[in-house]
Amino acid sequence: MNANAPIKVKAINGSVGVTQAMVAVFVRDVRVAFRQKQDLLNPLLFFTMVVTLFPLGVSPEVAFLKQSGAGILWVAALLSVLLSLDHLFRHDFDDGTLEQLMLQPQPLFLLVLAKTMAHWILTGLPLVLLTPVLGLMLHLEGNSVATLCLTLLIGTPVLSLIGSIGAALTLGLRSAGVLLSLLIIPLYIPVLIFGTGTVAAAAEGAQVSGYLALMGAFLVLALTLAPFASAAALRISLSNS
Amino acid sequence: MPEPLLQAVGLECERDERLLFQNLSFSILPGTVTRVEGPNGSGKTTLLRILAGLNDAWTGELNWCGKPRDQHRESYLRNMLYLGHRPGIKPLLTPLENLRALMAGRRPLDDGSLLQALAGTGLSGFEHVPCRNLSAGQQRRVALARLLIADEPLWLLDEVFTAIDASGVEAIESLLLQRAKEGGAVIVTTHHDLNLPGMGRITLGAGQLDEC
Repeated sequence: MNANAPIKVKAINGSVGVTQAMVAVFVRDVRVAFRQKQDLLNPLLFFTMVVTLFPLGVSPEVAFLKQSGAGILWVAALLSVLLSLDHLFRHDFDDGTLEQLMLQPQPLFLLVLAKTMAHWILTGLPLVLLTPVLGLMLHLEGNSVATLCLTLLIGTPVLSLIGSIGAALTLGLRSAGVLLSLLIIPLYIPVLIFGTGTVAAAAEGAQVSGYLALMGAFLVLALTLAPFASAAALRISLSNS
Repeated sequence: MPEPLLQAVGLECERDERLLFQNLSFSILPGTVTRVEGPNGSGKTTLLRILAGLNDAWTGELNWCGKPRDQHRESYLRNMLYLGHRPGIKPLLTPLENLRALMAGRRPLDDGSLLQALAGTGLSGFEHVPCRNLSAGQQRRVALARLLIADEPLWLLDEVFTAIDASGVEAIESLLLQRAKEGGAVIVTTHHDLNLPGMGRITLGAGQLDEC
C-alpha cells in the first residue's frame, strides 16, 4: 500500500471539503432509509390514519371539518414527525456510525445538519406531499389547502431541526421516548399555533404574508441554532455512554 | 529522539464515582505499538475513548504533536483513526457502501481501492451482500478493511481481535508491526494474548487489584 512512503502527520488543508462530507452523510442516510421501508412508511401511515379517523370519531359534518381540518392535519403531521424522531440518531448510536461521524475532521454541526435534512426529506416532505389529498378529504377549500401545504413546507423542517436537539439529548437514555416528547412538545407549540393561524387567516380572506414571514423566521432561527445545540448534545450523550 | 505524536500528562478519570486511573502519563512515539492492559472494568475502553476525543470526563493534559490536542482538534481528527467496540458498520448497507461512507469524510477513494481493501480482509465475493447477512467476524472485517487503506499516523484500536479467526489475528498482528515499521503509531486494547516485539504497555487498574 504505502510501504515505501513513511507515514507523516498530514496538514488539514488537504482534507475533504465540508460539502462533500455533508453530501456523503445525506446519501448514506437516504440509502439506509430506502432499505428499511417500514420506517419510511410508518409516519405516513400514522398521519393518514389519524386524519381518516377524525371524521369517524368526532363528526363527518362538512362545516365541522372545514373549520377544524387544518388543525387536524397540523397536529397529525406534528405527531408523526415526533414519532420518527427517535430513529434520527438511535440506529447510528447503536452500530457505532455516530462515533465515526463525530471523529470526522469536518465540523460536527454541519454533519448533523445534513442528517437532519435527510430526516426532513424522508419524513416531513412526504407529509407535505400527502396533505393536498387529505385536505380535500376533509372538505378544505383549494385556497386553504394551498396555504396549509405552504405552512407545512416551512414548518416541518423546523419540527425536524428542533426535534434533533431532543433526539440528541435523550440518546443514551432508556426511557428516551417519553422524555423526548416532554422536551420537544413545548417547543413545537409556537410552530403549531402560527401554522394553523396562517390557514385560519387565509380561510377568512385575510393577508397571510405576515404569518408566513414569522414562520420563515422560525425556520431561519432553527436552521442557524439547532445544529449547534444538537452537536453539543451529541457530544454529551456520547461522552456518557 | 523523535517528537511524540500523542502525549498524556497526569490523566485522571472518574466514572460513576469510581476512580479509574490518576496521574497517568505516557508518550506515544511514531513507530511504536502500545498495548493498554488491565482487567475488565479497569478503564481500557474509557482511556481509548478519552484519547479519541469521545469522552470529555477527564482532567489532565493531552498533547498532539507537542500542542494541546483540544486546540488542534481538526488536525488531530484528520490524523487519528479510532475503531471501537461498535464497528460503525450499517447492517443494511453492503460492505462496499459502508466502506465508501466511512472513507468519504476522510479520504475518498475510488471503488477499485475499496474493493481491493475488502478483498484484503477476505471479503471478496461479499462486497454486495448486505452486512446484516454477514457473520459477526465478517462485519468486523469490513471495519478492519479501513486499516488497509488508512493514511492516519495514529491508530486507536479497541478490542480489535474480537470475533476474528486465527489467521485473521495473525494478519492483523503483522499489519500492526508493518505499520510501526513505516512510522505509524498504534494503541490497542485486547484480551487476546498479544506479544509483539518492541511493544510498549500501559497498565491500568493495578492498584485496584492489590486492594482485593
